[in-house]
Amino acid sequence: MSEPVHPVPAANGRRNAPSTAHLTPDRLARARQLIDLYPEPRSALVPLCHLAQEQDGWLTPEAMEDVATLVGVTPAEVFGTASFYDMLHTEPVGRHLVAVCTNIACLLGGAAELLAHAEASLGVNTGGTTPDGAITLEEAECLADCDRTPCVQVNHRFVGGQTPESFDRLMDELRSGAHGDDIPPHGTLNRVARSTGLQADRSEVVAERAAMAEAQAQRAAASQAAKGEGPS
Amino acid sequence: MAVTDPPKIVTSRLEHADSHTLERYLATGGYEGLRQALTMTPEAVAHEVDTASLLGRGGAGFPAGRKWAMLRADPVTYLVVNGDESEPATFKDHLLVERDPHQLIEGSLIAAYALQVSQVFIYVRGEFALGLERVEAAINDAYAHGAVGADIFGSGFSVDIVVHPGAGAYICGEETALLESLEGKRGFPRIKPPFFPAAIGLYGQPTVVNNVETMSNLPWIVRNGGAAFAALGEGRSTGTRLFALAGHVKNPGVFELEMVKTTFGDLINAPVLGGGIPGGRSLKAFIPGGVSAPWFGPDQIDLPLGQDEVGAAGSMLGSGSVVVMDDHTCAVRASWRITKFFARESCGQCTPCREGSGWLEKIMNRIETGEGREEDLDLLLDASDNISPGLSWPPQQTTICVLGPSIPSSIASAIQMFRDEFLVHIKEGGCPYG
Repeated sequence: MSEPVHPVPAANGRRNAPSTAHLTPDRLARARQLIDLYPEPRSALVPLCHLAQEQDGWLTPEAMEDVATLVGVTPAEVFGTASFYDMLHTEPVGRHLVAVCTNIACLLGGAAELLAHAEASLGVNTGGTTPDGAITLEEAECLADCDRTPCVQVNHRFVGGQTPESFDRLMDELRSGAHGDDIPPHGTLNRVARSTGLQADRSEVVAERAAMAEAQAQRAAASQAAKGEGPS
Repeated sequence: MAVTDPPKIVTSRLEHADSHTLERYLATGGYEGLRQALTMTPEAVAHEVDTASLLGRGGAGFPAGRKWAMLRADPVTYLVVNGDESEPATFKDHLLVERDPHQLIEGSLIAAYALQVSQVFIYVRGEFALGLERVEAAINDAYAHGAVGADIFGSGFSVDIVVHPGAGAYICGEETALLESLEGKRGFPRIKPPFFPAAIGLYGQPTVVNNVETMSNLPWIVRNGGAAFAALGEGRSTGTRLFALAGHVKNPGVFELEMVKTTFGDLINAPVLGGGIPGGRSLKAFIPGGVSAPWFGPDQIDLPLGQDEVGAAGSMLGSGSVVVMDDHTCAVRASWRITKFFARESCGQCTPCREGSGWLEKIMNRIETGEGREEDLDLLLDASDNISPGLSWPPQQTTICVLGPSIPSSIASAIQMFRDEFLVHIKEGGCPYG
């Protein structure tokens, strides 16, 4: 097994951290490695957003600026893309994102009742964060773990098959840090870094991309020609 | 019908706790299929897959061999593996990604060789944090083992695999939305034509998009031959398939079953499979293939688990997920929740889907909470008809992708099968099931 390579953020006191959270130098370096995996830099946009979330627990405006510069788009495009995806948070969330699925399989397994219990027990509505910043409660769509209903994820780690009692215990454990590395802080997704890449000759890559661009241009020309010939 | 005992094609290693490691994989025949494929011509490998008649396991059930054949005239640039499993109650790819990542990688490499593609992307649903780590670690290990990278196993064939994390959007399971997402954009499905991935795919290049389970079948097919795969199952539905069973059964889970040879009744009730409905209750209805599929009642329980058989009966085998509802289930609540899912996950590009899903959800919700009106049933069907004219099956489409026309399935099914329940909700001002 490969060991996790890039460091997991240790500090959970990010809610008190200064609001200017640009990507740190080592994360910028890691971001450039991720970009190199793709034929086009923009493909790394979502992976880079995950990287930024790993640092701060959410996508800060400063990090979105960095991502924009790195992949060659505007910060608004980063925000516009990130806001489409449920997992990317453009506002702060708690250290533990607790997602209760209430979709059909979980509904049949008592998920609506569990979510109601969670709201009462945590004292927040769905979508809210507890005052101590420990827990954000979310109602999730199907998380594909339907044989352990109701399905619950904490920071995208599966902890399914919860009862109201086990749920309350789980919340206590999260607050006391009992789960350790099993459930890393919110934002940490893939702790295994790609350790190697295809060592292709740079000139081959350049030639391949030129061929791609030419094929694309030909296709565009053919499609233009087809439009010209079609009924108007 | 009885439950047959076919060879385990994609779940053979799952009895081992360390099924995800390279050590276990190599000890159980791992990468032998790839080695064998590399001694064959790419055409011969593709021919075996054609012979196997492997239907895509993502939901649409298009033959993988034919998908590839469409591309042989025009060289393929990219292979993209769809691991964005999000269809409600479908959890088979989750299992394959987490528990046997090397099998997925080996299958992807075999497909890459058959298609002569040197760049593969495996798109893994973002919520599968463990799955992402497992696949990434497996790629690192496979790289060190010489199975990925330059000149794999000394064959002269070079191929790279990149794992790409999703970020939470059901629509990205739709293949053109997935490509948009992989390009770093919102997951908006593309209009087809012209944007069939085979013609204009990732970065505008010809691209093959195949499902995780489809890829995971390939090592076995190469090792045992396409004919051995085709000998399993019946008709067009060959081989085995993973069925994800959820809802009101004693043993929910993922089962690898021979296609067509097993019925829905077997899957739900056989002691070695679902084990029946708990609590002495009886079957009310089941959804045969993901929440986009029309529902079936107890009278359809003897239907075989085959793509054409389920299609002919007016629904679909789809993603291979079966949801069982017992007789204490509120049909209004169940179909409302499915509608809410579509309303949340509509990407928003097309008006019938974006607006229709929202209105349908509101109307369904008011019926469930006792605020419904008698004319609501006609209103629901009318609004549904605006999304999918005629409410036929397979559905007519007014939208760019099939998410829109999937919305009315559960509503129409629930109203057709349990109209009385809707009326009780409306007349008595509440849910009779509490």
